Amino acid sequence: MDPFESIKQTFFQECDELLTDAEQGLLAMEAGDADGETINAVFRAVHSVKGGAGAFGLEDLIRFAHVFETVMDDLRSGKMELTDEVAKTLLRAFDVLADHVAAARDGGAVDEGRSAPILSEMKALIGGEGLDDDDLGGDEDFGFVPMTVAIEGDDAPAFDPPAMDEAPAAFEPMADLAPEPASGARAWRIGFAPKSEMYAKANESGLVLRELARLGEMDVKLDADALPPLDQLSAETAYLHWTVLLTTEADEATIREVFEFVEDDCVLTIEPVDGQAAPPPPSSDLSDDALAAASADAPLDIAALLARVSGEAPTAETAPEPEPVAASEPAADLDVAALIAKAQAPIAPAAPAPKAEPIAKVAPSAGSSQAITPTATIRVDLDRVDRLINAVGELVIQQAMLSQQVMESGLARSSNVALGLEDLELLTREIQDSVMAIRAQPVKSVFQRMPRLAREVADMTGKRVKLVMEGEGTEVDKTVIERLTDPITHMLRNAIDHGLEDPEGRIAAGKPAEGVVRLRALHRGGRIVIELQDDGRGINRPRVRGIAVERGLIAEDAVLSDEEIDNLIFQPGFSTAETISDISGRGVGMDVVRRSIQGLGGRITISSEPGKGSKFTMSLPLTLAVLDGMVVTAAEQTLVAPLSAIIESLTPRAEDVHFVGGKDAVIRIRETFVPLIDVGVALGFRETALPPGQGVAVLVESEGGGKAALLVEAIQGQRQVVIKSLEANYQQIDGIAAATILGDGRVALILDVDALVTTQHRRKPAPRAEKRMAG
Amino acid sequence: MSMIDTLSHTAGARRELIAFRIGDQEFCVDIMQVREIRGWTACTPLPRTPSYMKGVINLRGAVLPIVDLGARLGLATTEPTARHVIMVVSVGGRTLGLLVEAVSDIINMSDDMVQPTPDVACDQVKTFVKGLFAIDGRMVSLISLDRVLPETEAEAA
Amino acid sequence: MSKTVLTIDDSRTMREMLNHALVQAGYTVIQAVDGIEGLEVLKANGADVVITDINMPRLDGFGVIEGVRANPDHRATPILVLTTESDAAKKERARAAGATGWIVKPFNPVKLVEAVRRVAA
Repeated sequence: MDPFESIKQTFFQECDELLTDAEQGLLAMEAGDADGETINAVFRAVHSVKGGAGAFGLEDLIRFAHVFETVMDDLRSGKMELTDEVAKTLLRAFDVLADHVAAARDGGAVDEGRSAPILSEMKALIGGEGLDDDDLGGDEDFGFVPMTVAIEGDDAPAFDPPAMDEAPAAFEPMADLAPEPASGARAWRIGFAPKSEMYAKANESGLVLRELARLGEMDVKLDADALPPLDQLSAETAYLHWTVLLTTEADEATIREVFEFVEDDCVLTIEPVDGQAAPPPPSSDLSDDALAAASADAPLDIAALLARVSGEAPTAETAPEPEPVAASEPAADLDVAALIAKAQAPIAPAAPAPKAEPIAKVAPSAGSSQAITPTATIRVDLDRVDRLINAVGELVIQQAMLSQQVMESGLARSSNVALGLEDLELLTREIQDSVMAIRAQPVKSVFQRMPRLAREVADMTGKRVKLVMEGEGTEVDKTVIERLTDPITHMLRNAIDHGLEDPEGRIAAGKPAEGVVRLRALHRGGRIVIELQDDGRGINRPRVRGIAVERGLIAEDAVLSDEEIDNLIFQPGFSTAETISDISGRGVGMDVVRRSIQGLGGRITISSEPGKGSKFTMSLPLTLAVLDGMVVTAAEQTLVAPLSAIIESLTPRAEDVHFVGGKDAVIRIRETFVPLIDVGVALGFRETALPPGQGVAVLVESEGGGKAALLVEAIQGQRQVVIKSLEANYQQIDGIAAATILGDGRVALILDVDALVTTQHRRKPAPRAEKRMAG
Repeated sequence: MSMIDTLSHTAGARRELIAFRIGDQEFCVDIMQVREIRGWTACTPLPRTPSYMKGVINLRGAVLPIVDLGARLGLATTEPTARHVIMVVSVGGRTLGLLVEAVSDIINMSDDMVQPTPDVACDQVKTFVKGLFAIDGRMVSLISLDRVLPETEAEAA
Repeated sequence: MSKTVLTIDDSRTMREMLNHALVQAGYTVIQAVDGIEGLEVLKANGADVVITDINMPRLDGFGVIEGVRANPDHRATPILVLTTESDAAKKERARAAGATGWIVKPFNPVKLVEAVRRVAA
C-alpha cells in the first residue's frame, strides 16, 4: 500500500481510540470530575486528532479541533471553569468532532448547520482570546500551512504523497539547495560566535558549518583569539568563533535557516559581500586555517573537537576528556595547536564511533520501514486464528472420542492410561479456552457508541438521560461482538424513547428530571449477559394487552401472567408507540431485536415494574463457533436442536393432538394450538408420523416468532457442540442449519428450526440466501 | 534404474490411475485426485437427498459427503459392508468420499491407450465415463468425477 | 552504521510518519509512546538523536528533555521537539530546558530529515 494511505489509515484508527478516550473523559467531566489529568487526557486526545489532521491537510477537522483544543487548554490551565454547561457543550461538540473525523475519513463534509453553531458556542467560551474568525481561518495562526517552511522551489504540502513516492529525490533535498555555482550566486560574510548555551543544548558548531557548506562554496576562518591561556580555560565557556565566506545562490533567509536552532545562542551576522561575484577563497587562508575542510564535503571533525574543548562533553572517541582541561592540573596532552594540526590531516568519517554493543532491539533500518515499537501485541490474520480455533475444536472432539474408547475398553479408571487421558482433557480444555480468548474482545467497542446515541435520542425526544455503563471490559467472541451493536442500539433507543418519561412527567411522578439508563455486560454461566435497565414508567400492561388483543395477537379473554403480557412487546408487529417515531421506529419493533438475538443463539427477556422502570436482559453465547444444543433422536437419527429456539419440552397426550383438514397435526399447549411437526417425516427420514401420544414434543419458536412443537422420539440431553459447515464439501440442505460431531465421532445434523417451522406454515421450502449457523 | 522409474519418468502423456471394482465392473480415476482410502464407516444420512448420497462422515473434523458411486453410475445400489472402502477424492475444491467395493490396482498408462466410450452406453454412463481401455485382458472404464455430486441450486442457476 | 533516532510520541500516526520519513532517509528508528518509556528506551539502547513530542501522558516532552540532560551519558545527545507554529511559548520552554532544535508539525519529510541532520554528528 501507498505509505501515505497506510499512515492515513493508521490515523483514522487512532482517531477512533482518541475519540473514545476523549468521550470517556468528557463524560467523567460531565459527571463532575474536574481532575487535572482527566482534562489533560481530553486535551491530548483532541490535540493528537488535530496534529494528525494537520499532516493530512484536513482543514475542516483542523479548524474544529483547534477551537476544541483551545477550550480544553483554557480548562486545563484554570483559565476557564468547568461548569455543567461547559461540559454539556463539550459533549455536543465532541459529537460534531466525531462527525468531522468520519467526514474526513469517508470523504464527506459535516453539515455546516450542525458544526457552525457549536463552533460559535465554543468560541464564545474562549472569547477574547484572539480566536476570531480570521484567526481561525488563517493558516499562519495554526501552522497548518501545507508546508510550514517552504523549501526553495518546493511547495509540496506537508507529508505530500508524491514526495514520499519520489523518495530518493525527496530525501536528498540538498541536491536542490546546493546549486552549481551559477550566475545567481553571490557572496556572503557570516560571523558565527556561539555562546556556551548553544553547546549546553547539544548543538555543535561543526554541524552548523557542515550544513552551511551544503549551500555553496565556503571558506571558513577560525578565530581562536578569545581562547584564554590554558590555566584559565573553562569547560563551560565558548571561546571560538568563525567567519565564513559563503558563495551561494541561496538567499539570506535560507542561510539564516541553517542557524535556526542556534540563532538565540550565538552572535550571528550575515551580510552580503560587495560585488556580485564572490572572490575565490584565498588559498593562503586555507593552508593556514584548520577549518579549511569545512568547505569540502568532508565533515568538520575539528569543529566538533574544538566545540567540545570549549564546553561540551565529548561523544566521539577522538576527543580527549574536557574535564582535565579545567582541572587544576593542566593536562600535558591537551594541546590545542596539536588538535588543530590533527584536524588538518585527512578527516575521519563523520559517523560517530559504532556503539560498543549493538543492541538487539535496534533493527537495521536499511530498506526496512519497520521500527521497534515496544508493545507486546502482534497482529495476526483472523483467518489464521480461525484455523487454529477449528483445529482446537477437532482436538477437543478427538480427545473426547479417545476417552470414550478407553473407557469402553474396560481399562481401570486408576490406570496410567486413564489418568493420562484426564490430564490430556484438562490440557485440551485449557488450550481451547486460551485459543477462544485470542478472538475474544471486550464489548467496549460496542458500548462506546452508546453515549452519543443516548444524547442524540434524548435531544430528539426532549428527554433527559444519563447513561451509566458497566462491564465494558467483558469479553466475547469477535463474531458475536460484530452483531451486538444493532440489538443494543435498538434497545437503548427504545428505553429512552418509550421507557423514560419526559422531564415534566418525571418530576410529576416524583423522580429526578434526568432519567437513568444502565447498560451492563457480565459473564454468567458460560454466556454473556447484557442488561439494559431504565428507571422510566415501566410497561403499561393494560395498554399492551389492549393492543395485543386489537392486533389479534391474543384472544380477548386470554389469561396471561404479568410476565407474559410484558413479553408481548416482542411479538412481530407490536409497537407500543402511538405513532412509529423516527427513533425507535423505522417500522420495526422489539420483535426485530429478539429476532437478531435469537439469530445469535441468544434469548431476550423483559421484567418491568409499573412506574419504576423496565429491564431487558439478553443472554448470548460467547461464540458463534459453538452452540448450546439439545440432542434428540428422530427416525433413529441423532439430531441437535439449538437450545436458544427451545421454549420447553413436554410429553404430548393423545387427546391434545388434533388434525386440521385431516392431515396437519396441531397440539394444544395450555390455551393455544401450535403445529405439531414430526421431525422424522419433515426431514423425509420416514413416511408416517409417530402415533399421537408417543415421543416427546419440543416447543420451539422460530426467529420469525412462529411457534411449533417438534415431535421426536426421545431427548438425549443438552450439549455444547462445535458448529461444522455442510456447505464446505456439500451443499445447503433445507431444514438443516449445519452439522456437528458428537463424542462418538459421528456426524450429527443441527436442525434449522426456522426453516422447519416456516416450511410447515407455508408448505414449501423458503428460499434463503444464507445459513445462519453454518460457519 | 528400475522399470517403474523408467515408466513414470517418460512422457507427460503417461499417468497413474487407481482402479477399483463396483460389482463385476472395473473403473479408474486419476491418482492425483485421490487423497486417501479408508474402510467403510457408518454414515449419517442427509434428508431429502438422492438415493446415491449415502450421507456424511467425520473425516478428522471435516464433514465429508459420501457418494455411492455404483448407484451414481446407474448400477445397483451398494449395501456397504466392512470390506467396502471409501476413496476420499478431491473434486473442484471439495473433498468427498466414494463408496466402492474394493481398490484393485494402480495402473500406469498413456492417454493413447484410451478408447472412446461406445455409443451403446446409456446417458448416465456417458456423463461419467470418459473412455475405456484394456489392460491385462480386463476392460477398465476411466471416469470423470466432475459431476458426481448432485447439482446445487447455485450451479444450476 | 546508520544513526539511531529515538522518537517519543503518544500518537501512533505521528510515530509512523516519523518512522517512515527517517527510515527512508537511512536512519534506524526506535519508538517510545511516552516520556517515561522514552527515557527507559534511551537508557537501554542509546540513540544519536531524540525526537520528542511535548504533550504526552505520564511524562511530557519537557520532562524528557530534563531527563536526558540530567543523564551524563546523554547530556550531549541532541533533542528535537515536535511543536506547532502556535506553540511559541512551549518551544521557548523546551529550548530553555535544553532542547537542541525543533520540528514544526505538520512536518515535511524533507524538513524533518534536514533538522535531524543539522543536529546529528
